[in-house]
Amino acid sequence: MRIRHLVAKEIRHRKLSFGLGLLAVALAVGTLVGALTLLRGHDLRTQQILARKEAETKETMATLNDDVRKAMLRLGFNLVILPKGQNLGDWYADDYASKYMPEEYVTKLAHSGIMTVRHLLPSLQQKVKWPEKKRTIILVGTRGEVPDLHANPKKPMAQPVPRGKIVVGYEIHQSLGLSIGDKLTLLGRRFAVHKLYQERGSKDDITAWINLEQAQELLGKKGLINAILALECVCSWSGLPKLKADIARILPDTQVVERVSKARIRFQTRLKVGQRAKETIQAEKRSRAKLRSERERLASVLVVVAIVGSAGWIALLSLANVRERRAEIGVLRALGLRSRQILLLFLSKAVAMGLAGGALGFLAGFLVGRHLGMTAQHIGAQPAVQILFDPKLALLALVVAPLLTVVASWIPAIIAARQDPADILREE
Amino acid sequence: MLEVKNLTRCFEGPAGVIRALDGVSLDVAEGEFVAVHGPSGCGKTTLLLVAGGLLQPSSGQVTVDGEDPYRLPPEKRSRFRADKIGFVFQQFHLVPYLTVLDNVAAPSLAKPEPNADARARELVSRFNLEDRIRHVPAKLSTGERQRTALARALLNRPKLLLADEPTGNLDVENAQNVLQYFADFAKEGGAVLVVTHDTRAATYAHRMLEMQKGMLVAET
Repeated sequence: MRIRHLVAKEIRHRKLSFGLGLLAVALAVGTLVGALTLLRGHDLRTQQILARKEAETKETMATLNDDVRKAMLRLGFNLVILPKGQNLGDWYADDYASKYMPEEYVTKLAHSGIMTVRHLLPSLQQKVKWPEKKRTIILVGTRGEVPDLHANPKKPMAQPVPRGKIVVGYEIHQSLGLSIGDKLTLLGRRFAVHKLYQERGSKDDITAWINLEQAQELLGKKGLINAILALECVCSWSGLPKLKADIARILPDTQVVERVSKARIRFQTRLKVGQRAKETIQAEKRSRAKLRSERERLASVLVVVAIVGSAGWIALLSLANVRERRAEIGVLRALGLRSRQILLLFLSKAVAMGLAGGALGFLAGFLVGRHLGMTAQHIGAQPAVQILFDPKLALLALVVAPLLTVVASWIPAIIAARQDPADILREE
Repeated sequence: MLEVKNLTRCFEGPAGVIRALDGVSLDVAEGEFVAVHGPSGCGKTTLLLVAGGLLQPSSGQVTVDGEDPYRLPPEKRSRFRADKIGFVFQQFHLVPYLTVLDNVAAPSLAKPEPNADARARELVSRFNLEDRIRHVPAKLSTGERQRTALARALLNRPKLLLADEPTGNLDVENAQNVLQYFADFAKEGGAVLVVTHDTRAATYAHRMLEMQKGMLVAET
């Protein structure tokens, strides 16, 4: 017979006492393992959430960048080249320049080789009284686009207005009941209605377009213009200062103003969306870190309470066991068992209790921790259980639990080993 | 085999020092069965515990098989007991969760031997306990328990058998059987010291000593 046989038989005999001890160990280990699994699950879940959000953001940003690139290609952004002396306040207020520059500037720019400017549209624009109709309109003289000799030919964005023809905005033709082909007189000149614009909801509705040369004649600005529209400038905003500098170099007597474009608004909006997405990720990180810290604090308190409580409970059970087995200890000592064998007898039971309780506690703690720590069944292609299962933690549980029971049972075991068999036998 | 010389053992009690043994001397030779008779509280159990190496005497000397167990360190004294001495108690003190066979084999925990199991089975058979071999003490009759305790005492082939009121809880027939086993053990060369208040022991013992107030007062 060996001590282990005695231990096994005693455990079978006193199942309830052993079971209560085992539950205490399982509770302590379960709390520890559960807490660690919960935190591990939390970390994995955090990684998962952040990875997903980062991937979503990356994808969104990639889409946005692509959209912007396409939008830039389609829309470009618009520049207005004005005479250098033009007061921008007046220009913004009147929406046309009061200063003038030579028409040849546009030709100079078209031949300059600036590849980023696709369309150049010179214009002479002015608010005028229309005495024949007793109203004020904006008169725009335009000659259509000036071809850029260095760029690939593009489909013109604006068509020239032929001499003797007039294109009128919505409000004008609606209020005057004009139709295409109608004749009208403007500042003493006869024009045939060439085109009628649909309602735009802008100053275009009270604008009339005529041939640039005729406009110069009507307004007494021969060979002059007051604006050049540069449309679809293909460059990013980061390149805008350079473009402005290039134009200033070619046309030193001008100034360049950027007109707000849809592309820019979209770009800026989407930049904000991207920024917001990054902020959301940061906020999620902070929130998860805070939650982890709270869980960590709670777990550390629970684990300490569970371990101390369990150790106390096991010590009481062991003490009761020693008292219950007093006669047995006396007779075993009388039969020749040494005190250290008695010590071994009780500590072996403690180890058995620790190992069984540790295994049970690990299993229970793992399942509870897994359940509380994350809801996903799979992480990637792998089941969450597989990823969360940590063999080192299992090993730790199977080391910590017997240590706990041995420490808790140490004093009762010492008491048992030091009992004087003569005292026991005399009393019995 | 057992020599006890001028043994005294005192205990501190509420009323002062109690001399449980007061100058006791006795010898038990190999092949001898000695019974010590006396009333309860006369010091019989103390004598047995001191003789068995379990209770250090206040003074005097104990020699078992030529060796004083109290000169040995505690661990060696335990082994000495396992080697030389077998104990039988009035309350049997069987381990409640062990079967008859395991109880009989229990001394092998102290003195592991490869053939301990075979020896235990042999003793179970010798004490007519084969039918009860897998039973725990709670399922045994009083006689069966005492026979199991006797078998356990004999497992390590002790040279000295010490019994404390071995017939105290037994009926007449079982008491006679137990005393007969002691007599047989002595006949086989062992030494037996039984402390009892059962006068029937005189029938089986070679000598009967009378003890009163911690002293041996007469021999019959």
